[in-house]
Amino acid sequence: MRLPSGTYAQNYGQDIAMVRTRSHWIFLAVLMVFVFTIPQWASNATLALATIIGITIISAHGLNILTGNCGMVSLGHSGFMMVGGYTLAILCRSAGLPFWVALPVAGLVAGIVGIIFGLPSLRIKGFYLIMATVAAYFIIHWLVLQFRSLTGGTEGMPVPAPDLFGLSIRDKTIYYYVVMVLVVLATVVAKNILRTRAGRAFVAIRDNDLAAEVMGVNLFSYRLQAFFIGCVFAGIAGGLSVQYYSFANVEQFPFFDSVWLLGMLIIGGMGSVSGVIYGVVAIKLLQQLAVKIGPSLAELVNPQAAVGLSLILPSVAIILFLIFAPQGISHMWERFRNYYQAWPY
Amino acid sequence: MTGGAEIGQGGTQHTTVIRIDDISLSFGGVNALSNVSLDVRNDEILAIIGPNGAGKTALLNCISGFYKPQKGEIYFEGQRITRQRPDKLAKMGIARTFQNIELYTGLSTQDNIMAARHVFMKQTFVDGAIYYGRSRREEIKHRRVVEEIIDFLEIQSIRKQLVGGLPYGLRKRVELGRALALEPKVLLLDEPMAGMNLEEKEDIARFILDVYEGQGNTYPDTPVLRDGIRRIILVEHDMGVVMDVADRIAVLNFGRKLAEGTPVEIRTNPEVIEAYLGKEA
Repeated sequence: MRLPSGTYAQNYGQDIAMVRTRSHWIFLAVLMVFVFTIPQWASNATLALATIIGITIISAHGLNILTGNCGMVSLGHSGFMMVGGYTLAILCRSAGLPFWVALPVAGLVAGIVGIIFGLPSLRIKGFYLIMATVAAYFIIHWLVLQFRSLTGGTEGMPVPAPDLFGLSIRDKTIYYYVVMVLVVLATVVAKNILRTRAGRAFVAIRDNDLAAEVMGVNLFSYRLQAFFIGCVFAGIAGGLSVQYYSFANVEQFPFFDSVWLLGMLIIGGMGSVSGVIYGVVAIKLLQQLAVKIGPSLAELVNPQAAVGLSLILPSVAIILFLIFAPQGISHMWERFRNYYQAWPY
Repeated sequence: MTGGAEIGQGGTQHTTVIRIDDISLSFGGVNALSNVSLDVRNDEILAIIGPNGAGKTALLNCISGFYKPQKGEIYFEGQRITRQRPDKLAKMGIARTFQNIELYTGLSTQDNIMAARHVFMKQTFVDGAIYYGRSRREEIKHRRVVEEIIDFLEIQSIRKQLVGGLPYGLRKRVELGRALALEPKVLLLDEPMAGMNLEEKEDIARFILDVYEGQGNTYPDTPVLRDGIRRIILVEHDMGVVMDVADRIAVLNFGRKLAEGTPVEIRTNPEVIEAYLGKEA
């Protein structure tokens, strides 16, 4: 983090703090006020979009730890969200557990499933690991369809919306607040993990696994820890998604979502916690834009082809970022900040 | 030069720290090491020299757990470490640097060295996630040590820079710092001066000697800098440096140990001269 001239730390505690200057505090406060006042002015559609963005941010934080920081590219993330989603659905519906108990359990179960599918990572890397995570997604997908009695198979299963501290979370506005509190929490937790011992070990494994091992990092343990942490985030996001729709369905967790999540990391900046937020917001807004301008193009393009626009627009954005700004929005923002801090020099 | 050197030349009262006992290592049909035995003693800088492909780095890789020799054993403080995992060896107190710098390019200088404090930290990722309390306390405590090492190596100005963008000489120094942060009992240096000019070589030689001798009360709170690392294995090509710095030299050629002794003995050894300069026709 580059700080403006004249910002001194007098002890190591100050030096490792995240929020250092007054403008940091102001920026943070404005952001929080903005996020938590959205329901006051936003339409239902905007609120729904904001809620989905929040859920996706939580999931992407997990993938950022696993892929962005520990260097293990996973295309199974949507599958681990599915694990969390169905765990929450089964616990709430069949076991009758309250939402706030079922949600952490959903995260834990997804994390444990993540460890199981992360085991090949100890032997294989790169492309082969990607294929293994693809397989993980389809195995999970198949298991959900196979155990119909538990999951409802292709029909899916409805999930009751219990009360949360006396407030019905069926209410979309209340649910938005619940999601946003969790987004803030997830962001803080992700940042804290990444700036301490485990996070440094993850990056060490990503950048140079042989050196990491010689420097005392247990590769076996830390690779699995990365899978566990990444999938806990995915599981919680999956649980939130199922609760949001009050319904669990395999269609809700398409394979392609895993690909978009990777795209979000690319656009935001691989490995950066703030980049996760930029990337998710950017891709979700682009998809929304495509949906909005799609109908107006009806005269130019075949209506059937117009549907593809919501795929093409974000894909092109990902390609452009890979070519022109491979380090993503977070890096662009940093460069801009360095520029204006030094202005007019 | 050092007290250790004088005793080393005179006597036998040294205790062996690492005993390499008759190890052989081959890749397919190539014998990288055959029947090499070598003792690393207390209070010495041991240099391993030899022509290209002699097996110097292979020997280092065997000690640090990268390679598992097919035959023979390696003992560290009496314990057999031949088939031990590298991360266990790091915890036991063996640290190394690499010939081709192997840093974590995406981390800053400070975090690279901090990453080596891994073995001394007790926090789990759960502590890290909560951050306040145990994790923060530990981060601050180890940051102190890291800063002392940064100060010792005179790399304060690049503390917060990503190491990927640093010049070669500085990266070599950061790598030495990372090895020091492990507070090792034995330090293995694989060609620390490769590709450097004379001035940079002198810098590194000074750092190696300073590490070996210890800095006493300059760094009273950092044992590794205060007391020094009294066993260093140095693989190096530069004969001048080796002769000046090392207390003892082992010569490898084609995977075999050719000779072992003090710099004076090695310099006059006819077999070594033959391996390096060729035989007179």
